[in-house]
Amino acid sequence: MPSLKDLKNRIASVKATQKITKAMQMVAAAKLRRAQEAAEAARPYSQRMAAVMSNIAEAVGDGDDAPKLMTGTGKDDTHLLVVCTAERGMCGGFNSQIARHARVHVRKLLADGKSVKILCVGKKGYDILRREYASLIIERIDFRDVKQMSFAQAELVAEKVMGLFDQGGFDVCTLFYSEFKSVISQVPTAQQLIPATTGAADADASTSAIYDYEPSAEEILEDLAPRSIKVQIFRALLENVAGEMGAKMSAMDNATRNAGEMIDKLSMSYNRQRQAQITKELIEIISGAEAL
Amino acid sequence: MRGAPEQHCDKVNVMADSFNFELVSPERLLLSASVTEVVLPGMDGEMTVMAHHAPTMTTIKPGVVTVVTAEGKSDRFVVFGGFADILPEGCTLLAESAVAVSDIDRDDLAQRLQDAREDVADATTDADKQKAQEYLDQLTTLNGAILPA
Repeated sequence: MPSLKDLKNRIASVKATQKITKAMQMVAAAKLRRAQEAAEAARPYSQRMAAVMSNIAEAVGDGDDAPKLMTGTGKDDTHLLVVCTAERGMCGGFNSQIARHARVHVRKLLADGKSVKILCVGKKGYDILRREYASLIIERIDFRDVKQMSFAQAELVAEKVMGLFDQGGFDVCTLFYSEFKSVISQVPTAQQLIPATTGAADADASTSAIYDYEPSAEEILEDLAPRSIKVQIFRALLENVAGEMGAKMSAMDNATRNAGEMIDKLSMSYNRQRQAQITKELIEIISGAEAL
Repeated sequence: MRGAPEQHCDKVNVMADSFNFELVSPERLLLSASVTEVVLPGMDGEMTVMAHHAPTMTTIKPGVVTVVTAEGKSDRFVVFGGFADILPEGCTLLAESAVAVSDIDRDDLAQRLQDAREDVADATTDADKQKAQEYLDQLTTLNGAILPA
């Protein structure tokens, strides 16, 4: 049985923890709002880009003129997985969810006899994946000191990926990130970047007007394909930030509530024990007086 | 709003046909407005887009975009590359990065020029070098174009 003093100390320490988790929750809530705004502001661009891409890809077709980024190398022997995770923990299962999704994918590819390369964006994913697949990880990119995710970061990642592609480093590239559904639900998602899959479902009939291209459709596509990859990566990064903050918020909310419950329980046993001690002392005094 | 609402309506009716113009950068939607005229720095030269333009897609080089809104106000934006999707009923400009001319950061522009110069110096193949040089030239022109503003 812990003494009264021990109990008092424990209550104090849990209270201190609760204060910290509560502060973290509030910080995450503020950051979440900003991240959500950023993700929403970026949406028009990526939507238009997707529409234009599918439009122009239709015009150019699968001919030999289409850029390599669109058609791929024609093989699928080497796969590059770009795994985007958060820089920090304390956000529940957010990072491990993405890593698990990627791991399942890696296992399947390896079982099929393909070779796999992994590019880690974010520290946490690297920490998790290197335990199992240290030899497959070719590079990691950290955004530790980046305050606000901007297009420049996405460009950095995209440039790495495309540079590797130009050197013939891989045939198929898949992007792993977490799609932000709501504050309590983030869905780990895999999205194929190269060769580009055009969202045929989005292309409605009204947009298929006959365009004039300036310069030629092929040249525009050549220019557009890398840009589209950057945009997709940018979107993934933004969704990730929003998801991370959402996950962190709910994780810290849980922690705060748990700490509250623990404090209640501890105070209850503290009070009980204090009462028991008083009763005991009283009995001692009374029985002492009776003995006289 | 400046004038009375009735005046405002009259003015729009008198003006030439307007169409919807959107200027989007990856980070946000900069402008979505009803406009009568847009001047774009196209890859093959400047082009003016008005309502009922034939469907066109063009790449954009770094330069100044001039927008004349339906109210007759004229706005200028600096864009650093991108492309435009023009339809009879509207025009969308997807810019790599864009700022209003009034908000442009001289230091940022100087930095970009500096980077472009370094790119030219670092280019290894002829094709790369030519591309970098072109970009540098475009930036220099742009710098000259907005300096007096």
